[in-house]
Amino acid sequence: MKSPVHLEQQQPSASGEQAPVELAADGIQPLVVEDLTVAYHRKPVLWEVDYVAPTGSLAAIVGPNGAGKSTLLKGILELVPRISGRVQVFGEPYRQQRDRVGYVPQRETVDWDFPVNALDVVAMGLYREIGWLRPVTRKYRQRALEALDRVGMADFAGRQISQLSGGQQQRVFLARALVQDADLYLMDEPLASVDASTEQAIVEILHQLREDGKTALVVHHDLPTVDDYFDQVVLLNMRVVAAGPTAEVFTTDNLRKTYGGKLALLDEAGQRLRLTGDER
Amino acid sequence: MSVRRALLGFALAIGVALAGTNFPLAAGEHHTPGSPPSAKSSATVADLSDRARSPDWTTRLVNLLTLRDYNTRIVLAGTALLGVAGGVVGTFMLLRKRALVGDVVSHAALPGIAIAFLLAEALAPGEGRRLEVLLLGALVAGLVGVGCVLLIRRFTRLKEDAALAIVLSVFFGLGISLFTIVQDMPSGNVAGLQGFIYGKAAALTALDVKVISICALAALVLAAALFKELSLLCFDEGYAAAQGWSVVGLDLLLMGLVAFVTVIGIESVGLLLVVAMLIVPAAAARFWTDHLPAMTLLAALLGGASGLLGAGVSALAPRLAAGPVIVLAAAVLFGISMFFSPHRGVLARVRERRRLTRRIKRQHLLRTCYELLESGGESITADEATVSLAALEADRDWSRQQLQREIAKAQRDGLFRRTSTDCICVTPRGLDEARRVARNHRLWELYLIEHADVAPARVDRYADLIEHVLEPEVVALLEQQLAGHDPHLQEVPASPHKIASTAATP
Repeated sequence: MKSPVHLEQQQPSASGEQAPVELAADGIQPLVVEDLTVAYHRKPVLWEVDYVAPTGSLAAIVGPNGAGKSTLLKGILELVPRISGRVQVFGEPYRQQRDRVGYVPQRETVDWDFPVNALDVVAMGLYREIGWLRPVTRKYRQRALEALDRVGMADFAGRQISQLSGGQQQRVFLARALVQDADLYLMDEPLASVDASTEQAIVEILHQLREDGKTALVVHHDLPTVDDYFDQVVLLNMRVVAAGPTAEVFTTDNLRKTYGGKLALLDEAGQRLRLTGDER
Repeated sequence: MSVRRALLGFALAIGVALAGTNFPLAAGEHHTPGSPPSAKSSATVADLSDRARSPDWTTRLVNLLTLRDYNTRIVLAGTALLGVAGGVVGTFMLLRKRALVGDVVSHAALPGIAIAFLLAEALAPGEGRRLEVLLLGALVAGLVGVGCVLLIRRFTRLKEDAALAIVLSVFFGLGISLFTIVQDMPSGNVAGLQGFIYGKAAALTALDVKVISICALAALVLAAALFKELSLLCFDEGYAAAQGWSVVGLDLLLMGLVAFVTVIGIESVGLLLVVAMLIVPAAAARFWTDHLPAMTLLAALLGGASGLLGAGVSALAPRLAAGPVIVLAAAVLFGISMFFSPHRGVLARVRERRRLTRRIKRQHLLRTCYELLESGGESITADEATVSLAALEADRDWSRQQLQREIAKAQRDGLFRRTSTDCICVTPRGLDEARRVARNHRLWELYLIEHADVAPARVDRYADLIEHVLEPEVVALLEQQLAGHDPHLQEVPASPHKIASTAATP
């Protein structure tokens, strides 16, 4: 179910006929994932994932629990060992392009009772730029404050992070990625369990990023909003079931394949899809 | 970052003290620490026996406070420095949730000490007791122990706690076995080595303190220089790794710092207790602040204070070993922090909970009054209103005593006036408050029905839980959200469901 564009891009490079340089001729792709396989304790959780993110695309990674959505991001970021496969970020391995990639981990991965305030967390996005041993100077704090302002959280800069609501914490995490001023953003469930106004604010920022020509790959859990928010979809269940423009790929049929036996959920989602389709 | 300056200041002070102090370390005077007291420099021995013999503790107190005693000065300096270094490094250990790693380092150090002794004795007989050699052995073995933990975690599916427990106990067992071998050797009087297990703060020598100072200095400088990196590691290692920081490298660095502190702590408080110097001051500091730099400095201060306090007490009562007393001093500071910290403390929480319970009871009482008045079952005159106790009692499943108690409290606050034995009169202030409470409750109910699809029959219950904690800002938001639906929001909206008491009142 991959779009034709994909197959064209993947097959030549996989067979080695087309060098990456030639890919660059029509603009270097922000993200090329080829044949990525990741395993935890010898049990593969991601099989031969192929995906190319077009420049300026806003892509949702969608799939059931345990489908490897977070693992895909971590695989791209080299946070989990790859069994096989290749990842190119703007035509180079990730470790050479770290500055151009902003990462928003899942909110639950950190202890929010940590003794720092919102501004401190956002400033962490600049630590790489600041470099080893150098302190966070006022200049950097100012930039962190601007990033907080972008997510509507400037008033909370000095607030200890455990005193923030879930949505506010998520915005802080987003600001930490934004402050890097990256070109490719990888976000792990930024819209999970946030309040409506935060969801709106984050989606606005995502669309703003797209307008600025940035690319984002977002793990998303809420099927009904996928076609509203995202122009690309990666349907994932340990392997890529389908990937490409939302309009072509996000079909009930593909969803059924992605969610497999979990029919109750699927039927509900299908129902909603049909409903939203009728409205138009 | 001011904490860097402060930590570097600490370090600088130690450095200056190190350079400026005339520790009797000239070549001729070189003594062999770790050996039985008979081999110590004559000055130290004299001081020690003086102190042990002197029965008059006021003299000891004066000696302590005036720092007249050379040996006391040494011991105080050593333990305070240990406390400062332990507090700083322990802050990061605590936040990295690796509190027990310090314990592994210290236990793993034991075989290192024994092996270093055996090796040194084999290479150069008589040199086995040199402190530098033994501590180097401890440092290496401690790091090997941490390495084993990391390896077990990486290559097996055992969890960290299991790996810690295995390494800790196996290394300690190995150490004890080796010590018995050492004891059987002709040169191996264990008396000196035994000091490493239980500590021997009171017998610290100038050389010990010099070693402690250098290690504390190194720990402080590293912690100050890497403050930003270590805090990122502790907060979000996944993000740190994605940004290209070497998480393994930073972890090893942190372990190295822990090993430094542990090794210097082994000397004074002993390897069984040194983990307390890493964790207890840091944990105590956490109660007072939500600001990492402040927490680090406070942990350093609390650690230093524990060291001074413990060593001081043990100088006053020479029968008490300094190590355990230092740990107890830290525990006292921890206990004070745990109970009396204004925000995170146990007492503050208890007080807060009691205040909330009180408020809930009061608000229930007032809302019931309002509902009774609203249903028209009671009389309102001008700006006061009378409610019968019987009606109140029927509405809430409170006993009469409970009800009386609540009413008495409300009376004291000027919300009620008692007119007769079976009636209360709600004052204007009470009426205002009752109106506000009822309004909050109903706004929340409306919100639940409108926006959360909660059935009207159930909102009363749900709103009951939340109405007591509604802040004015939230109420303002509610008003905004509901503004379109009800033009009378400025007053108390009608209840969206049947009120039990109304139904019961004829």
